[in-house]
Order: sequence, then C-alpha cells, then structure tokens
Amino acid sequence: MTSISSASPAFTGRDPDNRLFGPLPDVQGEAGYDGDHPARVGFFTDTSVCIGCKACEVACKEWNTLPMDDAHGVRDVIGLSGMSYDNTGQLGANSWRHVAFIEQTRTVDLPMPTFGRPGDDRQDSGRSVPDGPNDDSLATAQQSSVLNAEALSEFDPQTGQSGTDKQIRWLMSSDVCKHCTHAGCLDVCPTGALFRTEFGTVVVQDDICNGCGYCVPSCPYGVIEQRKGDGRVFKCTMCYDRLTDGLQPACATACPTQSIQFGNLDELQARADARLATLKEQGVETARLYGRDEDDGVGGNGAFFLLLDEPEVYGLPPDPIVTTRDLPAMWKSAGAAAVMILGVALSAVLGSRRLR
Amino acid sequence: MTEGITTPGAGWRRADGPPAQKRQKRRRRGGGRPGGEVAMVEEAEFTSYYGRPIIKPPVWKTPDVPLYLFLGGAAGSSSIMAALADLTDRPALTRNARYVSGGAAIASVVFLVHDLGRPERFLHMLRVIKPTSPLSIGSYILAPFSAAAGATAAVELLGWFPRLKRFGGVVAALFGGPLATYTGVLFANTAVPSWHAAHKELPFVFGASGMAAGGGLTMALSPIDEAGPSRKMAVAGAAIELAAMHRVETEFGIVSEPYHEGRAGRLLRAAKSCTAAGAALTVVAGRRRAGAVVAGALLAAGSLLTRFGVFEAGMASARDPKYTVVPQRERLAARENGHAPTITR
Ligand code: SF4
Ligand code: SF4
Ligand code: SF4
Repeated sequence: MTSISSASPAFTGRDPDNRLFGPLPDVQGEAGYDGDHPARVGFFTDTSVCIGCKACEVACKEWNTLPMDDAHGVRDVIGLSGMSYDNTGQLGANSWRHVAFIEQTRTVDLPMPTFGRPGDDRQDSGRSVPDGPNDDSLATAQQSSVLNAEALSEFDPQTGQSGTDKQIRWLMSSDVCKHCTHAGCLDVCPTGALFRTEFGTVVVQDDICNGCGYCVPSCPYGVIEQRKGDGRVFKCTMCYDRLTDGLQPACATACPTQSIQFGNLDELQARADARLATLKEQGVETARLYGRDEDDGVGGNGAFFLLLDEPEVYGLPPDPIVTTRDLPAMWKSAGAAAVMILGVALSAVLGSRRLR
Repeated sequence: MTEGITTPGAGWRRADGPPAQKRQKRRRRGGGRPGGEVAMVEEAEFTSYYGRPIIKPPVWKTPDVPLYLFLGGAAGSSSIMAALADLTDRPALTRNARYVSGGAAIASVVFLVHDLGRPERFLHMLRVIKPTSPLSIGSYILAPFSAAAGATAAVELLGWFPRLKRFGGVVAALFGGPLATYTGVLFANTAVPSWHAAHKELPFVFGASGMAAGGGLTMALSPIDEAGPSRKMAVAGAAIELAAMHRVETEFGIVSEPYHEGRAGRLLRAAKSCTAAGAALTVVAGRRRAGAVVAGALLAAGSLLTRFGVFEAGMASARDPKYTVVPQRERLAARENGHAPTITR
C-alpha cells in the first residue's frame, strides 16, 4: 500500500496542477489511497426541516463521551448563554455538533385590513408545507410585490405569524465540521495528527497531536479547538469508528426529522439540488445551498447545508477560503525576505571599514 | 444569493434585545484599498451570529509566542552577522553575535515547547515534513539552527575547537535568514483576517525587525570599532521594518484597522517610536559607548513590541466577526459585479 500523505495533494506530486484549492474529484486518491477506497461520504444538513431538538448534539456527546462545557467552552459548568435557546454557543473541542438557533422578526406590510374574524389567518398559517398551497395562492403570492404576511407564512417552512404586522421565524441549523476538500486544519498540522481517512473525512489522531494549536486559527469555519486542561485539539470525526463498522454517524442516526442526512457525497449533492429546487418552486426564495459549490474557496465541503438566510446569520463565513491557497506566495515572500537579510548583512560587512 | 422577496434576506432581522437587533454599522476608512476605485464607498453592514466570532482565535499564548518570534528574529540575523564577522576577522563582534544567536535560539526553543498543549510531545513535530505547514518547515529550520547556534556559542564560551566553531557558525547562518522570516508565514497562513491579508508583507516585517534587534543587540555588546556592520544592519532593518509595517497598517482596508486600535495599536505605536528613535540614535550616537547601548536597547524593544503588536492585532481581528464577514462579503460582491475577483486561479 502506498503511504497516506497528510499534506495537501499539491506537494505530493500526485496532482499535476499543484492545486492547493479548487475541486478535487478524488480526494482520497489524492491523499494516497488505492483506487478501491470507499466512496467519499458526507452530511447534507437541511436546516429547513430542523426543529432544534438537539438530539444530534446529545447523541454526539454520548457516543464520543465528550465532556460538558458552557457556551464559552468552560469545562464542567452549566451556563446559560442568555442570547437564545442556544446554550451550546459554538462548535468546539467539546461540542462537535452545534444547533444554531436564531429568532428573527420582520415587519410586513399588510396589503388590506383583514376581513373576517380575528384569528382566522392563524388557522390558515398552520397548514403544513407538504399539503401545501394550491396553485392559485402560489400565483397570488408571486405576483404580490409587497411582503404579504399571509402568503409568506404559507411558504416559508420556519415562519410563524404573530397576528400583527410583525412576523417571527426561528432558524435552526445543526452545524458541524465541514470535512473540507481542502482542509486548512489538515494542511497546517505539523505532526500529521490530522489526516484524511479512506472515507474522505478529516480526523485528528489524539495520540499524535501535540497541541501546537496551529489548526485552530487555520480553520476558516472556526470548528477545531483545543480542549482546556487537555492541551490537544478535538473535532467531529464523522464517527470514523462507526463508519469503519458500517454504521451511520451517531448524530444522523439520532436526527428525528432527517435534517441531518448522511450518505455518499455525490448522492447527497443530487438530493440537495432537488430539495433546493422544490423549495424555490414553493417560493422560499432565500433558500440556498452552502458548501455545495466545489468551486468555492475550500473546494467544497464534505458536510454541506441548506440555509434559509445568509451564512453569517448562522455564524458561517460567507466566502471561506483555505488559507494555504496563498501559501506559495507566502513562501516566496519569506524566501525573498531571507535573501534580503543576507544581502543587508553582507553589504553592511563589506561596507564597513575596520577602524582599528 | 442575496435575493429576497423585496429586500435582501427578505427583511428578516434578529429578534432579540437592542444591542443585537441593531445591525452593526461601520463607516469604512477612506482610501487604501488596493487597486480599487471603490475606496470611499459603502457603509459596511454585516450580520453575525449574536456577535460571536466566526473563526477561533489562536490559542497561542502570550508572551510565549511573541517572545519566540522576537528571539528567533534576533538569533537569525545575528547568526548571519557572526558568520560574516568571523570571515572578515572581527573577533569581538563574532563572539558577541554568537552569544546572542545561541542564547536566543535556545530560549526560543524553550518558549516554543512551552507553548505546546502537550510539551512532552515536542518531537512529534519531526515525525513528518510538510511544506503546507509553516510550523513543520519551521521546526526543521529551528532544530538545526538551534543545535548549530547553541553549540557554536557553547564552544565559543569554552574556547574549544576553533575550526569546528566556524563550521557551526556557517551552518547556523544558513538557517538564520529563514528562521527570522518563516514566522511571518506562520502567522499569515491562518484564517486570521489581519494576518492573512498581509501575507506578502509579514515575512518582511519580521525579517527586518529581526535585523533591527540582532543588529542593535550585537552593536550594544561589541566594541565600537568592530560594530560598524551591526550598526548598518540595525539601521537598515529598522527602516525596512517601518516601511513594511506602514504597508500592513494602511493597505488592507478594514482588516488594517486592528493594527491601529486598542492594545495592538498602542503596542505598535510604541514599537514605531522605539524603532525610529533607536535607528536615529544609532546614526548620531552609535559610535559612542552609551549611545550604542541605548540605541541597541531601543531597537530591541521596538522589535519586541512589534511582535506583540502584530500578535494582538491578529487576535483582535479573529475575535470580531466583522473582520471575517465584511472582507468576504466585499469579495463576493466584487465577483458578482464582474470585477476581477480576488481569487485568481
Ligand atoms: S471545517 Fe475546519 S476543522 Fe473541519 S475539515 Fe474544514 S478546516 Fe478542518
Ligand atoms: S494542535 Fe494537534 S492537530 Fe492541530 S495542528 Fe497541532 S498537532 Fe496538528
Ligand atoms: S459525525 Fe459523529 S463525531 Fe461528527 S458530529 Fe456526528 S456524532 Fe459527532
């Protein structure tokens, strides 16, 4: 068997284009696995059906025996974040799934005073999406250029209506390590503790990691973190132990709404594209896929998302790039600067006459 | 993908208390965007998840890491000075430069190891060699450098093996330049906005700052008539450091901001004063004992403060989601408007 490299394919000679970013059709192959490696797996997290139950967080904590901490990563305390129903706060060494919870309002222009008894509209908005609006109301909604509260509440899967000119919705999204195609954490790890598995995921070997901490600021998503009191770093392994035994990851297994879908990455991508099309058809215009685009700054994510608002609303960077994309320029600059030192020192010595 | 029904995001705003509800607004500092006719424009408006940082700030400790950078820079440049002084027969300068580089090298290793979460696993750094990891390459620079520079300084102290000493000094000098500059890559090759943006400049800042420190220290320790090269290197280093730092502080729009503000701003202003004063004093009074000592101390202090300032600026830019979101939004907008994208392939 060939040796598995923990460096980017660009420096192993296996990638003729020397790519430190951009799409990689065969991530495992580029990392040195034989042709018969398993397919690349991943997560498609469809936040439009997430109910914020946090079963994934709990399942992950249980399976991986993660210690307790509060929203700021302080170990062994129970703390309320005080900002929303989200008391996990962030992904970190002790929280490998994090359900973001955003409460939003918007003011809506009601086009006409409501006819009929008060409360009628509420029953209306209770209709579930799959029974769905009929074609008439769809057409009406698309025609109306104002923010029509009634129509929108039917179309946005996470909208509730407060009955006034204000609307409220809850966005919930289960965040996780993205298992990037070009993973910053993996590229910069000096010990080789981080490696690419045969499933195309990115995993830390905790018997190798020496806690240098370089991966922590190098992740463009702020996922990987050093565990206080331990010194090493931890993050989602995509349940490497379960995968090797043919099981699904714990979080996906626990998710009651199939918001977290686990599978082969190409199948998930197709499923996500179809889901996006359905939502767009239903008029959910703010739906978008995040991390699906293989031309993005990290070559696409192994764990990608369907979001209902801008990525930064969920605490995700809008246009992440893998930091090593610019590494050749940096090395060049460092080389030039080293030569500069030599040049300055040389001319300083040659330009100084001894006065003795 | 900002289309809503009528407004971007379809008018949704976070629904909780006033501080979070009001969308953070900032007026961009005018000017200073490379290649942009868009300098004076927009109020950068951005959203975040309850004001939480997007990337994780580095877990590197201060003062360990800034000290490591400072010592590495001083050690690197003085090892070169030692080798050149040795070849041009300046015995006192050679000796002092070797002491500086050896001592700083050993101390920097101590600080680096101390900063690890698992110091006993330091040697895991040498398990693999990875060009994509500046810390891996840096370990392969630091290990031979500190061995050579430390050994050279030790035999210098003991007065043994004069021939071997010269060889050790040359080996150290070969790794000295890279040791002083790779740390710029170490910082820049992260997702920390204010470091990554300045990725071409930081190696020059750190390299030049290393020259100022190394030149200053060796000049302060050595007899006036031998220390001419040190004075020249110190002044040149200080000038280049000031120029490169000026670029870092002005060229990068919003991510240059952390270099002016708060603790980092204060540190860097102090650094600039020390460096400039040290260089000026070297020129006017470097040929007098007291002048050389004071100037050398000022240059070293300036170099040290620069590392602390750059470190703090990066930490500040990592802690505030603004510095992650706004530049990325600008990049997206530029791409959508068909401007030449920042990402070049
Ligand atoms: S999301 Fe971060 S931690 Fe996860 S693979 Fe990508 S760079 Fe590494
Ligand atoms: S902290 Fe551990 S996993 Fe992260 S870069 Fe350092 S050695 Fe690698
Ligand atoms: S895949 Fe496993 S390790 Fe990763 S978040 Fe889910 S349960 Fe946790």
